[in-house]
Amino acid sequence: MTAPIIAVQGLRKSYGDVTVLDGLDLEVARGEVLALLGPNGAGKTTTVRILSTLLRPDAGTVTVAGYDVVRSPGHVRAAISLTGQFAAVDELLTGEENLRLMARLSHLGRAEARTRPAALLELFDLTEAARRPVKTYSGGMRRRLDLAASLLSRPQVLVLDEPTTGLDPRSRNDLWAVIGDAVRAGTTVLLTTQYLEEADQLADRVAVVDHGRVIADGTTSALKAGVGAAHVELTTPSGVERIETDGSVGDVRRILADVERRGLPVDSWEVRRPSLDDVFLSLTGRPAAPVQNRELQEIR
Amino acid sequence: MTALDLTPRVGQSSTGTAGDTLALIGRCLRRSTRQLDTLLLAVMLPVMLLLMFVYVFGGAIQSGMDYVDFVVPGIVLLTAGYGASTTAVDVASDVTAGIMDRFRSMPIRATGVMTGHVVASMARNAVSTTLVIGIALLIGFDAHASVLGWVAAIGLVALYVAALTWIAVAIGVVASGPEAASGFSFAILFVPYVSSAFVPVESMPSVLESIAAWNPVTPVADTVRGLLLGTPVGSSAPAAIAWCVGLLLAGWVAAAVLFRRQR
Repeated sequence: MTAPIIAVQGLRKSYGDVTVLDGLDLEVARGEVLALLGPNGAGKTTTVRILSTLLRPDAGTVTVAGYDVVRSPGHVRAAISLTGQFAAVDELLTGEENLRLMARLSHLGRAEARTRPAALLELFDLTEAARRPVKTYSGGMRRRLDLAASLLSRPQVLVLDEPTTGLDPRSRNDLWAVIGDAVRAGTTVLLTTQYLEEADQLADRVAVVDHGRVIADGTTSALKAGVGAAHVELTTPSGVERIETDGSVGDVRRILADVERRGLPVDSWEVRRPSLDDVFLSLTGRPAAPVQNRELQEIR
Repeated sequence: MTALDLTPRVGQSSTGTAGDTLALIGRCLRRSTRQLDTLLLAVMLPVMLLLMFVYVFGGAIQSGMDYVDFVVPGIVLLTAGYGASTTAVDVASDVTAGIMDRFRSMPIRATGVMTGHVVASMARNAVSTTLVIGIALLIGFDAHASVLGWVAAIGLVALYVAALTWIAVAIGVVASGPEAASGFSFAILFVPYVSSAFVPVESMPSVLESIAAWNPVTPVADTVRGLLLGTPVGSSAPAAIAWCVGLLLAGWVAAAVLFRRQR
């Protein structure tokens, strides 16, 4: 196997008494899409900021494209593009002016610097708004312009910190499609997310982060398999009960028929797939709500 | 649709170029033309103060000359100082908007972003100061400066603006947000009052007189006044230049270090 394009070893970072990163290890292969999945405060953004040379680690080593982020930040910056949580574009400039500026700062060749901004505006459906100041853009348009700015330089590594926060489903799908194109062209992507669905859609591999460490690392299907299958969730006067199911119509019907036959008092029910909560609860060893009703246990 | 190349680019240069700085200067000049309200305030405020000082307070102030002649250099420095200090707000907005993080994660010159703001500030100040001097001439400011005197006065004011702008840039980077940064503009507005900008320092109580004597605005105001009125500037000129160059270097170094600082 060739050397990983991102290698993180024993990464530590604290602010005063607060430990944000507590020996985080991570490897990303060239061309791979890795999602850092975890709740708020897990250390995802801090990791991304250290990788992007914005923060200095307290301990540990990080290399990107073969360069150490502390010793050769310039080389790391030349290999990456960062899309942060806030749309990093100039509000007073137009969309087109923003991309032209970024094209010049990315040191693109003359021809590319001229053609690429327009092509990216078109790709992100911003051609019509290209000559309007960004302050008139909607949140989704800003995010799209932000990602367009990140793709201008044709980075080796695209770093996306919660890229679809605040996007409507259509914009989200468009964004995912473009990221997919970049990946097929050979771009490595590191993204952070709080949503398993997003990791599922985009990532080859997921690293679950909690309290500044990677506590699980694998494909999304492997992670979900570890949590268990989907389940039927019943809300009863005595609490929420969960019954495992394979999710098929027949199985759900069997469970519901059983519930009805026993005349259990059910206020509402739904079929639920494993969520980040479930993955997280199972990984941190805290059990999901126990099944209390004896009769429901029998059905199980 | 245009085929868009998304193939990763390997071997991109890891250092910045002079072109970065030019692009970033262009950015800030564009921004300035879209914030005409800020520029308008930077002219209106000193003009109002000029009129108030000359027509309201002026009669009561013993300056040893026509008060309008005494106060115009002070008003010019106030205009320049205020115009420069608003840069702190611009820089702080870049930080909170996240665009500063994008710049910092790109292989560009560390001082390019800041230089862009400074050059734009100097351009804005050239406009506002010219307007203020024009209005001063209209209400009877009696300049006796030679061409060389004008050139020297403009040069010193430009140096003063550059120094204050670099300090403002450094403050904008460390400020917790645009609101906090605007406090700097407010402070800069008051610094000239305890100096020779508006009243002779000898007229102040002794404590204030010694503060005013050490206030960098005093030698700058004395020099600009001397140059514009064609009177001797004496030792205030080297003191003014030393202060401005010192503040400029301090601000420039602080801004460059703070830009690349990794917290």
